[in-house]
Amino acid sequence: MSNLSSPILQLSFLGTIRLRVVRRSLLVVTLIVLATAALFVVQLLTGTFPIAVSRVWATLTGHGTAVEEFVVYTLRLPRALTAVLAGAALGGSGAVYQSVTRNPLGSPDIIGFTYGASFGAVLSIVVLGSSDVAVTISALAGGLGVALLVYLLSMRGGVQGYRLILVGIGISSVLAALVSYLLLKANIIDAQEAYVWLTGSLNGSTWSDVWIGLVGLAVLGPVLVGLGPGLRLAEMGDQAALGLGVHVGRNRLCALGFGAALCAIAVVCAGPITFISLAAPQIARRLTGTPTVRVIPSMAVGALLLLGSDALAQKLFPQSQLPVGITTLALGGGYLAWLIAREGRSRIG
Amino acid sequence: MTQPPFHQPHDIAATDSTVLVGSGLHLSYESVVVAENLNVEIPRGKLTMIIGPNGCGKSTMLKALARMLKPAQGTVLLDGDDIHRSPTKAIAQRLGLLPQSPLAPEGITVADLVSRGRYPYQKLLRQWSRDDEMIVNEAMTATGVLQFSQRSVDELSGGERQRVWLAMVLAQRTPTLLLDEPTTYLDLAHQLDVLRLCERVKRTREMTVVVVIHELNLAIRHADHLIVMKSGEIQAVGAPDEVVTEELIEHTFGLPCRIVTDPESGKPMVIPRMVADDSDQPPIAEEEPRAVSPAG
Repeated sequence: MSNLSSPILQLSFLGTIRLRVVRRSLLVVTLIVLATAALFVVQLLTGTFPIAVSRVWATLTGHGTAVEEFVVYTLRLPRALTAVLAGAALGGSGAVYQSVTRNPLGSPDIIGFTYGASFGAVLSIVVLGSSDVAVTISALAGGLGVALLVYLLSMRGGVQGYRLILVGIGISSVLAALVSYLLLKANIIDAQEAYVWLTGSLNGSTWSDVWIGLVGLAVLGPVLVGLGPGLRLAEMGDQAALGLGVHVGRNRLCALGFGAALCAIAVVCAGPITFISLAAPQIARRLTGTPTVRVIPSMAVGALLLLGSDALAQKLFPQSQLPVGITTLALGGGYLAWLIAREGRSRIG
Repeated sequence: MTQPPFHQPHDIAATDSTVLVGSGLHLSYESVVVAENLNVEIPRGKLTMIIGPNGCGKSTMLKALARMLKPAQGTVLLDGDDIHRSPTKAIAQRLGLLPQSPLAPEGITVADLVSRGRYPYQKLLRQWSRDDEMIVNEAMTATGVLQFSQRSVDELSGGERQRVWLAMVLAQRTPTLLLDEPTTYLDLAHQLDVLRLCERVKRTREMTVVVVIHELNLAIRHADHLIVMKSGEIQAVGAPDEVVTEELIEHTFGLPCRIVTDPESGKPMVIPRMVADDSDQPPIAEEEPRAVSPAG
């Protein structure tokens, strides 16, 4: 009430600040996309069979040799594209889940989706001895089934973020135990196959993975972006958001459903890769300097993280065909410990 | 696109003396019944305060009036429109609510939080306009938070933070505003600050303001209209100097008291009687069996 001095000055000041926030987000997203594109090109050029830029270009325009065609079209291009698409999908679904749960730990891998998918896949490999398609289908069924189960168990007059996370962690533990049991019972060949699936791998990426990722992202991405403003308001509490005219319940249900679907797309393309959906939204939030997680920057960071993790796995251990899931798991463990330590500190302090 | 400076009252009931009417309301949380067959009217253009002991259902009633809680039976009409059947975004342009303890996202700035009050007016193609900007600034000026508009909400004191939230609901530009215990956790000076702000916006913007409040004497002093509740029922309704009696307060709160005249305002003032400490007795004369945490 004291500061009535210059409303006009203040007004333009506020406008400038808003513009600056938007500009910073735009700049950050642009830089991340450029970095991803650069890394993408590097991934096409390098490997056990290096190809020069000019030759990659020639191959892409249809003038490559048979070997070059095989390396670029069959091996490297689908692998890099799958990494980008699955990474973006994981980042986007992580952003939505963290927003709904109001918690940086509330990502689909913590909530149990990933464990559900793993359980479905391992059950199908070990017990039923299924083919690739059947494994994918049972992984999806497992993931979505667990998402639904967690949702129903944590619903009590509306879904509460904390309950969702706690129920998810509980169910994840049960499923982890079941997966271990199945692996112990399995013969060595099935166990090996199940193990590779469990860590998540881009080694065998094909064009069908790329198409699934592309279509899934094109359909679900805009839906999640559209849900963003309502979700951000719901972070102030259900009542505050309702008062502003947000359909909180409907919005949340859509977000969890479509978020799980987007995560499912990523799992189908690349297996149950951890860490990306957990870390991408928080890294994006810190880079853009926004108070809440946002879908588009999280997608961009997710794409870069997964492509980078795959590059790291490939370049550090060129002989072993290290699954990308191992890299993300190692990075994710450290990140998770840091996050929990930081959360604990801010709770106490 | 220009907007009228203040939202005009809805056509149907423009001359009506009541803004909000709840009739035959049955309110419950799952199996806990808070109120049955409750009838309530909120007079237009007045500062109404709802008082009553803990668990009497006053916050629950406010939630029903604000469409936060769907009544098992009964209707709530805002200028003649059923608020539980109208599009919620349209209602949000006519009715604002500040809940008991809203959460500020970590690190959000004051200006950013206040501008969220413009959400009901934003559409896919009309995101943020010059008008929105002016209204947000005006709301921050009215609540005295403009000078820290770029500060993070986390850094502010309790009193300042409450004014930021009030700025957010004022930026919503609704003719009616419901506030759920806006003075709780504030010291006396900041409680007065909030109530004076309520009086001022009522007067200067011709708004209807409804406040759920615990401080009896502040309610009597600042309200134009009192609604006194107990056990999910309305005990008394009217201007404070007409309804506040020793019998009403003793009956409602189980608090033996004297009513004297406040030398400052000339309004009635409740002075609790001195009673000998009788440690055999439970501390509160009448405990409400229906009282469960969600009911304020």
